[in-house]
Amino acid sequence: MTLEIEAEGAGTKRTSANSTFSRVGRFVLMRLVLLFFTIVAGVYLTILIANMGGYVDTIMKNDIRERVTTSVAAATANQNISTETRRSMIEQRIALEERRLGLDRPFVERSFRYLGNALRLQLGRAVYMVSDNGSREVRNIILERLPPTLLLMGTSQLFLFFFSVLIALTLSRAYGSFWDKLVITLSPTSAAPPWFYGIFFILVFAAVLKVLPFGGMVDAPPPANTFDYIVNVLKHLILPAGSLIISALFFSIYNWRTFFLIYSSEDYVDMAKAKGLSDRDIERRYILRPTLPTIVTNFALLVITLWSGATLTETVFLWPGLGRTIFRAIGFYDTPVIVGTTIIYAYLLALTVFLLDFIYALVDPRVKIGGGSHP
Amino acid sequence: MNAVKRLLREIAKYPSAVFGLIIVLLLVALAVYALVTIPYSEAVRLWRGGETVWYQNPKNVPPAWFNLFSARKLPESFAVKAGEEGFTKTVTPGEQNTSKIDFTYSFEFDYDEFPQELLLYFDAKYESKSPFVSIYLITPDDREIRISDFGVSQRQTFRFSQDEKLQRRLRRVEPMKGLFAVPDSDPMTPLKGTYQLVINGLTFEPDSDVNAEFVMHGQLYGLAGTDHNRRDIMVALLYGAPVAMAFGLLAALGTSILSMSISAIGTWYGGWLDEVIQRITEINLVLPFLAILIMVGTFYSRSIWTILGVTILLSIFTGSIKTYRAIFLQVKESTYIEAARAYGASDFRIIFTYLIPRMIPLLIPALVSAVPSYVFLEASLAVLGLGDPVLPTWGKLVNDAFTNGALYKSQYYWILEPAALLMITGLGFAMLGFALDRIFNPRLRGV
Repeated sequence: MTLEIEAEGAGTKRTSANSTFSRVGRFVLMRLVLLFFTIVAGVYLTILIANMGGYVDTIMKNDIRERVTTSVAAATANQNISTETRRSMIEQRIALEERRLGLDRPFVERSFRYLGNALRLQLGRAVYMVSDNGSREVRNIILERLPPTLLLMGTSQLFLFFFSVLIALTLSRAYGSFWDKLVITLSPTSAAPPWFYGIFFILVFAAVLKVLPFGGMVDAPPPANTFDYIVNVLKHLILPAGSLIISALFFSIYNWRTFFLIYSSEDYVDMAKAKGLSDRDIERRYILRPTLPTIVTNFALLVITLWSGATLTETVFLWPGLGRTIFRAIGFYDTPVIVGTTIIYAYLLALTVFLLDFIYALVDPRVKIGGGSHP
Repeated sequence: MNAVKRLLREIAKYPSAVFGLIIVLLLVALAVYALVTIPYSEAVRLWRGGETVWYQNPKNVPPAWFNLFSARKLPESFAVKAGEEGFTKTVTPGEQNTSKIDFTYSFEFDYDEFPQELLLYFDAKYESKSPFVSIYLITPDDREIRISDFGVSQRQTFRFSQDEKLQRRLRRVEPMKGLFAVPDSDPMTPLKGTYQLVINGLTFEPDSDVNAEFVMHGQLYGLAGTDHNRRDIMVALLYGAPVAMAFGLLAALGTSILSMSISAIGTWYGGWLDEVIQRITEINLVLPFLAILIMVGTFYSRSIWTILGVTILLSIFTGSIKTYRAIFLQVKESTYIEAARAYGASDFRIIFTYLIPRMIPLLIPALVSAVPSYVFLEASLAVLGLGDPVLPTWGKLVNDAFTNGALYKSQYYWILEPAALLMITGLGFAMLGFALDRIFNPRLRGV
């Protein structure tokens, strides 16, 4: 009898280990496939929109025709050439320019080529834009603009995140106090976007008080030695980061505080207090733990926004970041750059979402990977 | 009716909500007022009319009420046509078909600064011999300064500061200062008192006539000042209200209703429809929202209706669908839905009579809180230069101000006026939305 049970037991153990592995494996595969499909669809849609379904081709072709015609007509060396020769010269140049930009192929074909290249992260060369150090490679253009964006978004969002979570945690214990009411009253101020506050900050600190610069990342000419350079950049960072922070601060604190309050009104927290645990212990074990999945999710999503940058804030402060670059690329009809930034953003988003599922399982014991339907 | 009364009583418990509600109602009233007093075509005309509409206003001046707060009074602007408001015109026929036409206009000048410009716009009717005018200015201390004399063509503009003979006559002093200054004062201070403009005209034909319009470009104008194109900023402030409200409310309403309906349909039918909706939501997450709006604006059309449509389209499939879905899933399992299915209610009926009405209380705060973000979205696009090309909106004003360096030139009123209105709108809706959230969301009650 016992032997049978043991044999059964051993068999079940092996199947259960196998089943977990196969479950996780199946889940990972499915997720990857779905995410990939999402990325492909999203990027292709962006390509279509960036070209208005081929309409931009018409705009560009007209633009080329006008430019070439005017430049040929204006060149003094061409004054004595007959009209026919000039016309054929114009047509030749137009054909050459169109070939350079790939406009001689139908749009649909080009769109798939863009898609394929983008997915393989071969970002190609920009149509008109040039990076500051002279390169036409989209990769260089993006990489050049990425650090300022990361610096700006990184400092502001990280500061905002940690500051609001910590303050909210403390605030959730002081429900109904003056500070609590103050935060609640001030939370609607987050209705205004960061660039809005940015304009006011420029008004007050740069125009009236004249203590901080109007914009840009560094003084022109930049200071010679590294230390002064860093200090200078920090000085220019204060206002843009400040506006990003202030715009979201009170609402963030309010949200987290409400969130923590909901969790701290649970029964087990009351029991912990009755047991006589210290406040810090209660906070750490009974409030932070269940809220951790949400906090982690928010943090992950925050990390994603770091890359997209804040287009308008960067425009208002003339900050040389990725957001402004995308804006300029659109103005130039520069599809490779637009697609390049979108694909990077898409990959990062997919990666974060993918990792989130695993982090959930780590942090929340109620969650099993691949088990149950997705919320 | 009872529900509304109960709701209002609940709102009254939160002072910030009452404040928000008042602001929202005031904005709606302002929007209605703007639409009634300035119909669409009039707004377009006032905003894009060109020189003919704006010529009477000075350039880049603060609003008239600035004088209430400053020690040095700045001159206000005015414009008068001959034959009205004290601008007298007397015609005295003379011999041989000539006639004298005399214009006089007295105005008070009690300011501490000089005006920007004085202009005379002449309209003459004649066949071959153009009329002749002599212009004089009589100062409060009874000096008669000869301004100019010339023959008037059919349409003629005389700009006091640009007349060289006048400059020479004033001994090389800039005409505005030369005409209004206390003689031999250093630094030049304006002479206060009553000035009189005298125009002696002479016509040489029986049907010949001259008409004049006298315009003074002071240093202040109107209720809100003017911009770089001499446009009255008040027009844009007024008309921006209905635009902002319409955009914000329509976008928020459209997005919420469509989002909720799609989520309900997906949850109810389940299966592949549900999956498809989830996938579309994830794809939508990848698409760069602002970049797409910019692309549509640059390549296709900047009309505010197009932008509104695209905004709604991109905003439907967002995280809120997942939230609604979670709640719908719960409601779907409840007994009364089961009963409805049992008595044979159609899917359509169940969704729209049972599921969706359950959601409406949760929908309202989200809707109200969403309005400011759409109002600011419209302003953001305008600041980027992609606003509606025809309509005057608040974002447009901010964009104009920014592009023309208002902050560098200390023209703070230009930025502050639309910014303040945007802020008030945002605050009003946000405060109301907050309170509604606390009223309607059961988890937040008492928190």
